[in-house]
Amino acid sequence: MTEQMTGPKGPSGADRADKPAGGPSPRDLAARSPHRETVRPASQPHAPESEAAVPAQQLQTQAAATEPPRVQVTSPGKVRATGAQALVYALERVGADVVFGIPGGAVLPAYDPLLDSKAIRHILVRHEQGAGHAATGYAQATGRVGVCMATSGPGATNLVTPIADAYMDSVPIVAITGQVPTNLIGTDGFQEADIAGITIPITKHNFLITRPEDIARTIGEAFHVASTGRPGPVLVDVAKDAMQATTEFAWPVPFDLPGYHPVTRPHARQVREAARLISESRRPVLYVGGGVIKARAAAQLRELAELTGIPVVTTLMARGAFPDRHPQHMGMPGMHGSVSAVGALQRADLLIALGTRFDDRVTGKLDTFAPGALIVHADIDPAEISKNRRADVPIVGDCREVIADLVAAVRADHEQGRRPDLTAWRVQLDSWRGTYPRGYDEPDDGTLAPQHVIERIGKIAGPEAVYVAGVGQHQMWAAQFIDYENPGTWINSGGLGTMGFAVPAAMGAKVGRPDATVWAIDGDGCFQMTNQELATCAIEGIGVKVAVINNGSLGMVRQWQTLFYNERYSNTDLHRTAERKLAGTRIPDFVKLAEAYGCEGIRCEEAADVDAVIERAMAIEDRPVVVDFIVHRDAMVWPMVAAGTSNDDIKFARGLAPDWGGSTE
Amino acid sequence: MTRHTLSVLVENKPGVLVRIAGLFARRGFNIDSLAVGPAEHEEISRITIVVNCEEHPLEQVTKQLNKLINVLKIVELEPGATVQRELILIKVRADAESRSKVLETVGLFRAKVVDVALDVITVEATGNREKLDALIKVLEPFGIKELVQSGMVAIGRGGRSITDRALRPVERSA
Repeated sequence: MTEQMTGPKGPSGADRADKPAGGPSPRDLAARSPHRETVRPASQPHAPESEAAVPAQQLQTQAAATEPPRVQVTSPGKVRATGAQALVYALERVGADVVFGIPGGAVLPAYDPLLDSKAIRHILVRHEQGAGHAATGYAQATGRVGVCMATSGPGATNLVTPIADAYMDSVPIVAITGQVPTNLIGTDGFQEADIAGITIPITKHNFLITRPEDIARTIGEAFHVASTGRPGPVLVDVAKDAMQATTEFAWPVPFDLPGYHPVTRPHARQVREAARLISESRRPVLYVGGGVIKARAAAQLRELAELTGIPVVTTLMARGAFPDRHPQHMGMPGMHGSVSAVGALQRADLLIALGTRFDDRVTGKLDTFAPGALIVHADIDPAEISKNRRADVPIVGDCREVIADLVAAVRADHEQGRRPDLTAWRVQLDSWRGTYPRGYDEPDDGTLAPQHVIERIGKIAGPEAVYVAGVGQHQMWAAQFIDYENPGTWINSGGLGTMGFAVPAAMGAKVGRPDATVWAIDGDGCFQMTNQELATCAIEGIGVKVAVINNGSLGMVRQWQTLFYNERYSNTDLHRTAERKLAGTRIPDFVKLAEAYGCEGIRCEEAADVDAVIERAMAIEDRPVVVDFIVHRDAMVWPMVAAGTSNDDIKFARGLAPDWGGSTE
Repeated sequence: MTRHTLSVLVENKPGVLVRIAGLFARRGFNIDSLAVGPAEHEEISRITIVVNCEEHPLEQVTKQLNKLINVLKIVELEPGATVQRELILIKVRADAESRSKVLETVGLFRAKVVDVALDVITVEATGNREKLDALIKVLEPFGIKELVQSGMVAIGRGGRSITDRALRPVERSA
């Protein structure tokens, strides 16, 4: 934009006599703007302002421990450092403890001081996509910012998929990429790609740094932007020469983000209005999305649900936000949601939508979604509100604060005797849930039912384990057949639907929560996209457990071919064989593959062996485990709302529509 | 579909225009007119965007624009309460025979002649869209050889500036 800035200076002095000389600073402007509140969350773990200034002595000690000859204190609180050192110091200061990455030409300078860092563990992955998904898995499992690092050009473009994935699922990750030296930018230099330009539409924000003095501040800003407001991925592209040049490192550094002020405090009037609608409703539903987990609001949600008695549905991104075993839980809504959850939304007279975005996979055909419901929509991102469905009561704010305020407002209504009777509604929903429980048909040829395998893993590993899925049938079954009791125990690629997500994301989750059992539930299609990270897991001692639900095909696509393409199976067979004994994908042989990668490989083909195999896998502590479950290839995910149709047309099995019975409409 | 004029205050940093233009393209909006220049503070640029769209998608794109970290403020300028101007330069055929008629037309529109050649004069005019369209229409019969127009710039009437008021605030209650 600077090229447009060369014109004559704006209005004459007389025109702005009422303003202070020089006009307002950008910060003043932002502060005065009514819709750019200067509210910051009370607790910002990574914000430099909240940290005490690092004493020079401490800096010196730490620096001396790492780079004795090159680091010297120049003035109080400042040390001489290369841009690369400043990068590593800044990462240490913002609390990054793990970086997943691969070095290369342009990012080499950063890798040199990284070798000396005591605080940061770098995990050398086998493909940059693995680094990105690992950062996401780490962030989803811990709630902290995940970090990945790659070189310029192909290293950076390999991060594009995980960045897009994190963007769709609002995951706080920071991607750091090396860039060719400043004088080569724009010349089609070796391994040059305009990664900042490429990732504009798929990042919350990104930066290109060409000056060493900008590095530390930008890292601080990147972590702040990634982790506050609606979380999301931030990319920091650093030119090689900026990392090589010398600068002064100081911490903390004030941010320069005049246009960034996420609103977290909900509007009191809107909350009271929402409470009023709750008190007047007879068929309300709490429609809960991933934002509730991001806001760490599971406890508040439970309080609100139990206070009001309102039934709850948790979307694919919100599994674990509300205990599955809770009597008010109606299950997951959406394309493969439960009959009771979908029915609840469709028959509701009020939806209290919390941290959710009315995705097409939840709403089905939008104009027939929840036709009789008023909408209270709370989200930290104002752009989500009324995007797909108009909100009657919009609330912008952090879900934890919104729900806590709602609890207080509802309690006040209760004290004044405004408490609706939801008995009839609860009875109806309970009857749907009782009539249409989750279930599946055992294959008639004696082969293994994939749902059984996943259900047993959930039972044996229990609700404290972390489950990470790829994308497809196995993902839906893992969402349906495992009982989630705790937030952060279900990690999947919801928005982008990235096949190959499970293995690297499980690796990241296990690094973030080393004491937890981490199961990747993967498909044989997904598994073949990113299983190279098993090598990383084996070498770095990351004990993930991978269940390959091996049906020898791209199962979800095959299901659609069965239902919508006259059983014409175009290119969904991953392994064709006439022999039933050799069902599933056998090339490659996943057991041998696991062993080649230094993992334990186990195959399971009989229902009778399932429990023993899972228990054996659970008992292995010293290396990753891959279990190849050969399952029936024609198993389908039910219930299902076909794409683009109304939720009212949900089928709980092929050709079978639920009987909604005497609706209270 | 109605025309909307947005004034967007942004940080004067490289790449900001790309972010904004890209967002419009992504959400399927055509930008009718775009003008960028410095505002009253050197660290701020002011972008004036004219779009043709319905109310609801405009609200969406405004909210999305607001999420861009480099965007400081967005205000929709209502036509009735703002001064809107575009600049146009037209090279029109004007030989000895037609020159006086061309000059007469130019005078009627209070436009200026800024360059003269043997068979051509270059006319500069400012005004709102309607006036400039009318000027083009009456000059067309003489033969327009070349034409260039700026994007529209607009400023609110009255004493206040958009730095201390929002004609169309995006409330926190959305």
